[in-house]
Amino acid sequence: MCAICGCSGNHVHDHQHQHEHDGDHVHDHVDEHGHGHEHPHTHEHPHTHAQPHIHARPHASHARTVNLEADILAKNNALAERNRGWFAGRGMLALNLVSSPGSGKTTLLERTIRETGSELNISVLGGDQETQNDAMRIAATGCKVLQINTGTGCHLDAEMVGRGLRALDPPQDSVLMIENVGNLVCPALFDLGERAKVAMLSVTEGEDKPVKYPHMFRASSLMLLTKTDLLPHLEFDVERCIAYARQVNPHIEVLQLSAKSGAGMDRWYHWLRQQRAAQRQDAMA
Amino acid sequence: MHELALTQSIVEVCAERADGAKVRRVTLEIGQLAAVMPEALRFCFDVCADGTALEGARLEIIDVGGRGQCRACAAQIEMKDYLACCSCGSFDIECIAGEGLRVKEMEVV
Repeated sequence: MCAICGCSGNHVHDHQHQHEHDGDHVHDHVDEHGHGHEHPHTHEHPHTHAQPHIHARPHASHARTVNLEADILAKNNALAERNRGWFAGRGMLALNLVSSPGSGKTTLLERTIRETGSELNISVLGGDQETQNDAMRIAATGCKVLQINTGTGCHLDAEMVGRGLRALDPPQDSVLMIENVGNLVCPALFDLGERAKVAMLSVTEGEDKPVKYPHMFRASSLMLLTKTDLLPHLEFDVERCIAYARQVNPHIEVLQLSAKSGAGMDRWYHWLRQQRAAQRQDAMA
Repeated sequence: MHELALTQSIVEVCAERADGAKVRRVTLEIGQLAAVMPEALRFCFDVCADGTALEGARLEIIDVGGRGQCRACAAQIEMKDYLACCSCGSFDIECIAGEGLRVKEMEVV
């Protein structure tokens, strides 16, 4: 820490001071240091300072501790807030869909877009490590879609979403579905600026997923149990699964649906309309 | 493997604040409920630090234990994970410590 001003920066102060030497003379000099000298010192040898002189280099042997207290996710969180402001400015509802691969995110979106049409006016920002396959399926519904390929990345972050938004340019007063990379771990940590995370869990996956991956279900506002048309063929205990989800997140809402048969889709649309209404109410407040 | 992205952020923050000085040690505080594996951070750190002001720096990790407050009875309890249950029987626990990911300090020369 700088002994002069108390700050932690690495900078130079000019100062002037007088001191006495054993050589029985007094003189002024200008002295620049990278840091202050706390220690008293004596000069045993008489000498003159004919010229002001400069110590420009900080003394390399002095290690110092810099307090940072920096949140590692601060940069992502700041960019997420910027996205949130962008959504608010356009009167948009943004949702972050998270799940393991193969839970039926794209199938759910296809049906949702077809059945809600211009009422919700959905655009999709999709994240996958590779391929445009999901984007092509979504585009076939006629909605605006942009695929972000994360390459080796295992999640979308707020910066990728911010860039994607500018390229996608979704309309005012619409709904954006962010289809995250299929992964129940990493996306839990990264706020994208969404109003809510929606965790999807297909009944083919096993009812204990919420307790196996608690961070994701803790971070989500809604759990969608998908592919319920398959329940007659499985030994999936729905009540137990919901109890597990409420154990890690007592406030999570749960809906059961099948995007194939259409069962339960009306309740999902109702939830979306509620979110839309709440977002509009917040915008007016 | 979000630890790689997090380690890149750590190196970025430290190199910026070091302002040209060489970083000898970085100390992190990692909450036990932060969904981050300290071993994975260590694995990524040397790779990310290579060629920066942090090259060769030692990584210290302080584990911060999880604590929660019961929303039903207000008791404070230890939270080893999100399955923690209060002695009153409630699972509705607000996490009050152990979710943070912070760069606490660094030593520079």
